Amino acid sequence: MSEQPSTTETARKRDVPMVRAEGVHKSFGPVEVLKGIDLEVRPGEVFCLIGPSGSGKSTFLRCINHLEKINAGRLWVDGELVGYRQKGDRLYELKDSEVALKRRDIGMVFQRFNLFPHMTAVENVIEAPVQVKGVSRAQARERATQLLERVGLADKAGNYPSQLSGGQQQRVAIARALAMDPKLMLFDEPTSALDPELVGDVLDVMRDLAESGMTMVVVTHEMGFAREVGDSLVFMDDGVVVESGHPREVLTNPRHERTQSFLSKVL
Amino acid sequence: MTDTDKAAGTPGTPPAGPEAVKAIPVRHYGRYVSAVVALALLAAIVYAFSQGKINWGAVPDYFFDHRILTGVGKTLLLTVLSMVIGIVGGIVLAVMRLSKNPVTSSIAWFYIWFFRGTPVLVQLVVWFNLGLVFQYINLGPLYKDEWSDFMTPLLTALLGLGLNEAAYMAEICRAGLLAVDEGQTEAAHALGMSHGKTLRRIVIPQAMRVIVPPTGNEVINMLKTTSLVSVVQYPELFRYAQDIGQNSGAPVEMYFLAAAWYLIMTSVLSVGQYYVERYYARGSSRSLPPTPWQKVRAHLTTFSSRKVTA
Repeated sequence: MSEQPSTTETARKRDVPMVRAEGVHKSFGPVEVLKGIDLEVRPGEVFCLIGPSGSGKSTFLRCINHLEKINAGRLWVDGELVGYRQKGDRLYELKDSEVALKRRDIGMVFQRFNLFPHMTAVENVIEAPVQVKGVSRAQARERATQLLERVGLADKAGNYPSQLSGGQQQRVAIARALAMDPKLMLFDEPTSALDPELVGDVLDVMRDLAESGMTMVVVTHEMGFAREVGDSLVFMDDGVVVESGHPREVLTNPRHERTQSFLSKVL
Repeated sequence: MTDTDKAAGTPGTPPAGPEAVKAIPVRHYGRYVSAVVALALLAAIVYAFSQGKINWGAVPDYFFDHRILTGVGKTLLLTVLSMVIGIVGGIVLAVMRLSKNPVTSSIAWFYIWFFRGTPVLVQLVVWFNLGLVFQYINLGPLYKDEWSDFMTPLLTALLGLGLNEAAYMAEICRAGLLAVDEGQTEAAHALGMSHGKTLRRIVIPQAMRVIVPPTGNEVINMLKTTSLVSVVQYPELFRYAQDIGQNSGAPVEMYFLAAAWYLIMTSVLSVGQYYVERYYARGSSRSLPPTPWQKVRAHLTTFSSRKVTA
């Protein structure tokens, strides 16, 4: 990872979408949640997923790092199949350890933060680099301090999650995901569980992250954020992509009737 | 604050505030009556024991007898080792029980069903007599011996107590593991942690908060249950006390002595449990209440500071 790829390789990589979905289906028992999703996320892009609850946005996001197994279709991250290996025309399921290896490069931020409550903020951030990547504690701590500073919480490093507000917990969670140096960040309604006054701090951190060139897939109800920061936007309803395009375009000039009725309710 | 205080009144008069409620409190006569009755009963029991034909003098005479102390040591050893077997076995069984593999989870279920469903005294006796089934123990090149030589009283006692305990600990551990939010596992997996690491680093430390209190109960129970192992010829506190009682002609007195020792040991264990619980509670509440010892120290320092100001 540390060595610089050659320019031709970079150019080639530019063409490979960070996420590519082709006809992705997902069912929970008899309930079909995703009914054939096709989309592409370019590297460096901020890709927003909006839609009513139950439309399958979060499920799709969870498929990207294989927290959910898809039932049909194909899903690639950075040119590699998610959860499977293809040999000829046969698919082989990946071992747990191989799935874990791929997840290292994909950061995820949850609606309910899911910080480890028995660890302080800084311990949360250094846990994965130390345990998964084998980085030395001192080195990880140094990096964690930088990351906590970046999310504006350098002074809270020694606090346990229960001693932090929701917004602070979510920013620690972002720092924790960034500590693994991911090439892709997934945000699952990161501000939905927050008090309105705390939403801004988290969005500021995400905006800063977007400006640094991080590829981000964001499931959100924050239309303002989608409009200002987003590069692409997809409106999902009932397990399908209804409309997609540039956020400003879709949000101000929705073509589809379902998009219009949804936006008239949330905007 | 100081401004308003000064404005509120001339020196000597208390600051004007809302008038405190002055009312005659309700008298709870029932409480006085029940307290008197309880104390009277207690006094009657103590009196009865003091008048009984018990030679109380024998208790202190033998309290630190070397046989008693050996017994105490062996009781503690049995408790600790059996609990280690029980806890390790319990964790393994709990993980097996929660595993997606139907074979391992059924085996764990069966184990728990069997060992929880039969009395530990019966299990001990069965272990003791297992030589009727197995004449030799043969672990290939590692170990080979006659069963009766291999199955010492200590090993019988440990297996009997430990394997039985594992069944109970399995259910306690399973409850603890299930109590940890699924989001924790997801977050750990999303960071690229393996199943094992997630379990060790994230889930088990959080499960411990739920596991420790009932485990403390189990340790105390185990300490008392060790008194059963005299049936497999392993001498411990109760057995030694019985022996001394028979030889010295003060059998009942020695039972009281043993009871006192058991009480002392369980009390010490309760204190240990308190501190272990505090350790695993870290991060769970905003600030932990001070320990009794910290309270005592805090009082000492406030006393000294009062002296300084006085």
